[in-house]
Amino acid sequence: MTSDSISTYGGDLAAAVDPDGDETSRGRPAQRGTVDTVENAIAHPDVAQPWRELGLKEDEYHRVREILGRRPTSCELAMYSVMWSEHCSYKSSKVHLRQFGEQTTPQMGQRLLVGIGENAGVVDVGDGWAVTFKIESHNHPSYVEPYQGAATGVGGIVRDIMAMGARPIAVMDSLRFGALDHPDTRRVLPGVVAGIGGYGNCLGLPNIGGEVVFDPCYQGNPLVNALCVGKLRHDDIQRANASGEGNLVVMFGARTGGDGIGGASILASESFAEGGVAKRPSVQVGDPFQEKVLIECCLELFAARVLVGLQDFGAAGLSCALSELASNGDGGMLAHLDRVPLRDPSLRPEEILMSESQERMMAVVRPDDLATFLTVTTKWDVEATVVGEVTGTGRLVVLWHGETVVDVPPRTVAHEGPVYQRPFARPHGQDAIRSELPDRLARPVTGDELRATLVALAGSANLCSRAWITDQYDRYVQGNTALAQPDDAGVVRIDEKTGLGVALATDCNGRYCLLDPYVGAQLALAEAYRNVATVGATPLAVTDCLNFGSPEDPGVMWQFERAVSGLAEGCRALGIPVTGGNVSFYNQTGSVAIHPTPVVGVLGLLDDVTRRTPSGWREAGLALLLLGVTREELGGSEWAWVTHRHLGGRPPAVDLAAEQRLAAGLGEAARVGLLAAAHDLSEGGLAQTLVEGCLRYGMGASVDLRPLCARDGVSPFVALFAESTARVIVAVRPADEARVTDLFAAHGTVAVRLGTTGGAALEVAGEFSVPLPELQAVLAAPLPAAFGG
Amino acid sequence: MRIGIVTFPGSLDDADAARAVRLAGGEAVPLWHGDESLHGVDAVVLPGGFSYGDYLRCGAIARFSPVMREVIRLAGPPEQATPGLPVLGICNGFQVLCESHLLPGALIRNDHRSFVCRDQRLRIDSVRTAWTRAYAAGEEIVVPLKNGEGGYVADTATLDRLEGSGRVVARYLEVNPNGSYRDIAGICNASGTVVGLMPHPEHAAEPLFGPDRDGRGGFDGTDGLRFFTSVLQGVLAA
Repeated sequence: MTSDSISTYGGDLAAAVDPDGDETSRGRPAQRGTVDTVENAIAHPDVAQPWRELGLKEDEYHRVREILGRRPTSCELAMYSVMWSEHCSYKSSKVHLRQFGEQTTPQMGQRLLVGIGENAGVVDVGDGWAVTFKIESHNHPSYVEPYQGAATGVGGIVRDIMAMGARPIAVMDSLRFGALDHPDTRRVLPGVVAGIGGYGNCLGLPNIGGEVVFDPCYQGNPLVNALCVGKLRHDDIQRANASGEGNLVVMFGARTGGDGIGGASILASESFAEGGVAKRPSVQVGDPFQEKVLIECCLELFAARVLVGLQDFGAAGLSCALSELASNGDGGMLAHLDRVPLRDPSLRPEEILMSESQERMMAVVRPDDLATFLTVTTKWDVEATVVGEVTGTGRLVVLWHGETVVDVPPRTVAHEGPVYQRPFARPHGQDAIRSELPDRLARPVTGDELRATLVALAGSANLCSRAWITDQYDRYVQGNTALAQPDDAGVVRIDEKTGLGVALATDCNGRYCLLDPYVGAQLALAEAYRNVATVGATPLAVTDCLNFGSPEDPGVMWQFERAVSGLAEGCRALGIPVTGGNVSFYNQTGSVAIHPTPVVGVLGLLDDVTRRTPSGWREAGLALLLLGVTREELGGSEWAWVTHRHLGGRPPAVDLAAEQRLAAGLGEAARVGLLAAAHDLSEGGLAQTLVEGCLRYGMGASVDLRPLCARDGVSPFVALFAESTARVIVAVRPADEARVTDLFAAHGTVAVRLGTTGGAALEVAGEFSVPLPELQAVLAAPLPAAFGG
Repeated sequence: MRIGIVTFPGSLDDADAARAVRLAGGEAVPLWHGDESLHGVDAVVLPGGFSYGDYLRCGAIARFSPVMREVIRLAGPPEQATPGLPVLGICNGFQVLCESHLLPGALIRNDHRSFVCRDQRLRIDSVRTAWTRAYAAGEEIVVPLKNGEGGYVADTATLDRLEGSGRVVARYLEVNPNGSYRDIAGICNASGTVVGLMPHPEHAAEPLFGPDRDGRGGFDGTDGLRFFTSVLQGVLAA
């Protein structure tokens, strides 16, 4: 569909329902009188409707007719089509996502104040405090219009957090791009980064971390997943429901314009055909200043206790806000569409219902509280308009200049959309990839060869410094950031009096997931869990953003089913619940899908954030200990990819019990102040962890791999580059070494002494030495070289 | 002892500035952009952020707010020798001070065109201001810097006059992060009461929540706190 047909479909709809169907009404700004009312729909039942163009399947359209007992009006068709899109209805994923709830035991749910299904989950963190967090995708818009796509991705997730009654306190983002040296990456990445920064910096939310991964599989389908975390008191939790007959429905924030119309159903639900960039006008445009004011305004509204219900405007705009509020409530709702404040007065009612204009919220307010409500919005110069009221009819009725254009049971729009049991099957190529073992690849042996490999990896696209990107984000604002990238997890303080705070990390290795989506999803979970534990936090809860190809491809659906099962069962094994998340399908171009990329975010708790453990050592003379066991695990590794462009075999084994033991030890050691530094081992193995630990504060290290190689029966090459899981390196004062070793032994985690910190080089005894300035230069170079500056 | 912190719509670092004032031992008094009065505060901080969205030009709309009319009146003309109300404008606050003509020159988009957030080394070049008297002349400090439009520019005569009269308060060391002329990070008015500073001392006021990438050991990231203790000392002395 071209931009033209999107921008004029309102006219087409009007023409389509014009009983005379004459040419003169087509393409002209439709008059008030040509609107398709319920009365008109009954009187003219056989008018052809553009359901297919709006993304509905034939049986879905017939189901709408069945629900209503007549054909839908054009406004109703707009609502159903956008709310029944994959993006809004989760129709292909629902049957699998149930596992997250089913795998949550009562024990795991103890800290959950709000679970899956609301705008975001809410977790009890003690002292009357709660935290809400969620990650969401804005992939397709970010490819079409990188700056605005990414900016509004941040804006959307921040409003989800606000809608729970929380003050947003930090953001993170998990990004995937095509090859670093591809020309289109140079178009997409700088725009995405500027958009995240331009919006997030303006909101006053510290950006505390995330990930950036380059892989050719994301060339035409970059992933922009934005995470936001907010804090609130237990009794501040807001719900998105419209209850209490006679209560008022108030829209506040920005005016409604023509941006993002059809974005939800068309942009987010169909893979790009050739020439897809012509969809540009459908991407929403953000105004972060408006959102910042909206945040402060909402916080004052919470404090004034004038909200019965609150809902943000996300995908599907007013269609979603009205139907979800009404559906979650106990009655019905009547809304006057002509009262919605417009930026563009020529908008048709169908367009008003579908507009994805940003920075809007909807509240349900008791009539007695309206004056107080308006005092707050006036203080912040936020426009607020009563557009409707809660009724006892059980119906969602929408009027346009007094004529009924929508009259539907709201649940059928918001919650009872189609559910598909899509066929899934293990892809034919899966066995071939799995049998492509990395064993046959040439390996470095001599000290010089190992050194060259370490340097090559450190300067590779996925392991080099992210500073070019993260230096464009404000990590300091609010003054509560205790750790940010490049540490293992971001840490922010919640309570200044006690130091209570949270740690957050997101992870996913798409290559592992391609080799084995079940194990790959668990590896993503394990790494995010380990990252949070490495800074000294106790992991509490999970959010996920499941990025996959087309659900209509049984192979992709198999990947999805395996990944969800792996993640749900992994969460159960670790005892931490999934509290919410997002699914993004159709990340594919033609028949080629991205690697399955289930990004996992883990939230952890610290009683006192000043006890957090940084990822690098700053003093000389500390003992470096490696915790955990190293095995010859090179399938899907950074080494295989960077030096051989090889992707095959098995990903590293997952051992969630070992991760739990390791995390328990790390938490205990941090609480008693035994750890000067801790850094987890992941992509690039021990070599990369040592490089990063040295460069964090510019303090070198001398290590001897021989005790490790002897104990685990591995070569120096495997010791340096294998990506075995459940491993962390810690730096401790020499006097504490025995105590730390005993502490971890008591938790069932083995430790081996690697060496000591100090000097201006990374030295591996008997193998090689690399001066830190050389490493620094190698790490720093790639991104500025690719993107300028 | 009572330091007013102005909140404009779009101010972001107002809570941080208030925290820094408290950590320095002062009382932070919130001021709203619509306030006609400063409620008797002894000094004012204009915090960082994007006042009124920074639409038109950074600080250009904030300059016309009711609260700024009063700040401008009490601060006095920039070349006046008698000290007026002490005012510290940080980042967006610096931009507001220039737009208000309480300080000369202007702040323009960074020369590299991108927003930059980094731990910035500075040299305190003037300790004869209300906000820097607790530092040693020539002292080097590290505080966070974060801006998109932080390039300080002025005509040559103005720059020469500022330098000649000791009104360059702080200069960037090692890296000029935004293309500021003569590496200028902060300047003051003739009496040293009104200071504009692009980097953020309020983000380096509490141990473990400030910059930590110094790499020289024993560094707790609180180099910025003395901007706030300076003004409190002055207020007490007065």
